[in-house]
Amino acid sequence: MDNQPVLELKGVSKNFGAVQALYNVDFTCRSGEVMALVGDNGAGKSTLIKGIAGIYKLDAGEVFFEGKKVNITSPRDTADLGIEVVYQDLALADNLDVVANMFLGREKMTAGILLNESEMEQEALKTLDSLSVTTIRSVRQAVAGLSGGQRQAIAVAKAVMWNSKLVILDEPTAALGVAQTRQVLDLVRRLADRGLAVVIISHNLHDIFEVADRITCLRLGQKVAEFIPSETTQQEVVHAITAGELDTVPGMVG
Amino acid sequence: MTELAKKTENRGPIESAGGRQQTLGEFMGSWWDRIRAGDLGSLPIIIGLIVIVAIFGYLSDGIFFKPRNFVNLLLQMSGITAIATGVVFVLLIAEIDLSTAFVGAVGSVTMTLLLREGDANWPWWAAVGAAMLVTTLIGLLHGLIITRAGVPSFVVTLAGLLAWSGVVLILTTQYSQAGTIVIQNPVVKGVANSFLPAFWGWFVCVAVVLGYAATEFYQRAVKARQNLAVKPIQISLLQIIGLALITGAAVWYANTDRGVPVSIMIALVFLFFWLFIATRTRFGRYVYAVGGNPEAARRAGINVNSIRIACFMISSFMAGIGGIILASRLGSVSTNTGGGNLLLNSIAAAVIGGTSLFGGSGRVTSALLGALVIASVENGMGLMGWNSGVKFVVNGLVLLAAVLVDAYSRRSRASSGIA
Ligand SMILES: Nc1ncnc2c1ncn2[C@@H]1O[C@H](COP(=O)(O)OP(=O)(O)OP(=O)(O)O)[C@@H](O)[C@H]1O
Ligand SMILES: [Mg+2]
Repeated sequence: MDNQPVLELKGVSKNFGAVQALYNVDFTCRSGEVMALVGDNGAGKSTLIKGIAGIYKLDAGEVFFEGKKVNITSPRDTADLGIEVVYQDLALADNLDVVANMFLGREKMTAGILLNESEMEQEALKTLDSLSVTTIRSVRQAVAGLSGGQRQAIAVAKAVMWNSKLVILDEPTAALGVAQTRQVLDLVRRLADRGLAVVIISHNLHDIFEVADRITCLRLGQKVAEFIPSETTQQEVVHAITAGELDTVPGMVG
Repeated sequence: MTELAKKTENRGPIESAGGRQQTLGEFMGSWWDRIRAGDLGSLPIIIGLIVIVAIFGYLSDGIFFKPRNFVNLLLQMSGITAIATGVVFVLLIAEIDLSTAFVGAVGSVTMTLLLREGDANWPWWAAVGAAMLVTTLIGLLHGLIITRAGVPSFVVTLAGLLAWSGVVLILTTQYSQAGTIVIQNPVVKGVANSFLPAFWGWFVCVAVVLGYAATEFYQRAVKARQNLAVKPIQISLLQIIGLALITGAAVWYANTDRGVPVSIMIALVFLFFWLFIATRTRFGRYVYAVGGNPEAARRAGINVNSIRIACFMISSFMAGIGGIILASRLGSVSTNTGGGNLLLNSIAAAVIGGTSLFGGSGRVTSALLGALVIASVENGMGLMGWNSGVKFVVNGLVLLAAVLVDAYSRRSRASSGIA
């Protein structure tokens, strides 16, 4: 495992009017590692990844990708770098089938103007296969008919299909049952084992301790701690989430 | 973690549907599942059409079924088919266009004025081209206002409905005391008043069926070669034979009267062009994506606003085509061109044909099926000599029925865990 982080954020901040959603946050993730991002509701987790994804423009701080300083201003920039984000709300088009969703925005074409359906179908099958997603009956069925876990699997498969280097998952198991959570966590682990860098946001410390290699803890928009699961306990992490020491008292800045 | 990795290793391969042909039983099974889940497809409309045809056939003592009336029906539905084809696109992105009828009227009035002998006197193709340009630009204007200002399309196109009807009034009264301007150009008049010779009718029929069969078998071959799931061969054959029977019967029946109207051919050419765009191109895929989940489309890097603008342009463009067909049929434009229930009929046609008002679901061909229903009702009521009060009520009820079916199938889709 090389030591250079795939993604490194230095001192990033983001305000929404008077709300300081992120303040001077450092954050790194490396290939082959699952980095968990934890924090209470409103701690700024989603804001952080939306900043990485180019959905929000960060107000301050620097972003380095594979050691190079980058300026991400749109979701397209992120995709070009090899960063894929699976959002909390998944953002699948219910009316389209599995294949169409997986290739949305990056369709394969023949003769320049025709959708190459069979090639897309084949690649979709291959990707799902390689991730051992076994529960989807047909990739030609509309996403609307799939279960929460299956939809999550599609969203993840969509994210890894593009030789991505970093996959970010925002609460991928929040709405899932036990068996489906199991499937998604297995999937997350497999991504890292393939050499991808993975960032996972979750409120479930049990899941995180099972799957993560590192844990970054946010509180009120600030990074309060970084842990290695094997060297800490859930109590310690909970303490950091609820009472971690802040650099600045919120409300006194901006 | 290593334990976890091990656990995941001994999983079976994906059970894909690929690599074989579905059996007929499986195909019918999944079709029935879809119907029960509320994905009714064209089923309600086909049932509705049979009911309507039966009722009017009975009430009119069979006149409704006469070849002459069938050809009239085709003439009547041409304009609505064209306009509804454009409406499908705005409905697909979960928007509405209330201005189509008058935008089409602006197009036909523009064309008529440019054709006036002793005045502008443009050649027919230039006048038609100018009219299409005007209507398409109107769509662009609507789209720009809707996306830039973030105003609901309902309101913008309602304003358009008023404003463009005003423009029609101004133009027609400006150039004619009586408010009626006759179209003299033989080509434009011929659009809705000429018919394919019997041979060419059959030629088109054979070409369409062979073309469809060729595409179907080509796609089957490609899928089979790539080891992807293929639908049962019986279904493919059934679809080809069904198409051959329906088009064959229509051409044969039309040929026993005057022949297949040129106007319906024009509408169909555009309809199939847009069907191709909607189903086979990237743009079409994006239209459905924007209708299904605009946020997903945006995050996929799709320029949602340009897709929306394009859909309003398609709507206005097809309104222009429809407007020209309708003007040609009347042989003139007047102060009430674009008025009456044309707007409602064209939206109703798209919805009745199975395009959802909620966006993201529906086919371009629904314009054809819906226009057939609407024209059948209009035609039947005309044969019966019902007064316009009754006609309006019946039209309203037909539209209501279509919207209820749409809402019902949407609700049962939701409750069966889909969506
Ligand atoms: N678009 C926005 N406009 C204004 N304030 C926002 C916006 N997005 C987030 N915030 C605020 O920023 C803070 C951080 O929100 P964020 O969504 O990042 O939290 P989170 O850690 O993801 O929480 P959760 O666990 O509930 O998902 C909150 O106070 C939130 O209200
Ligand atoms: Mg969040």
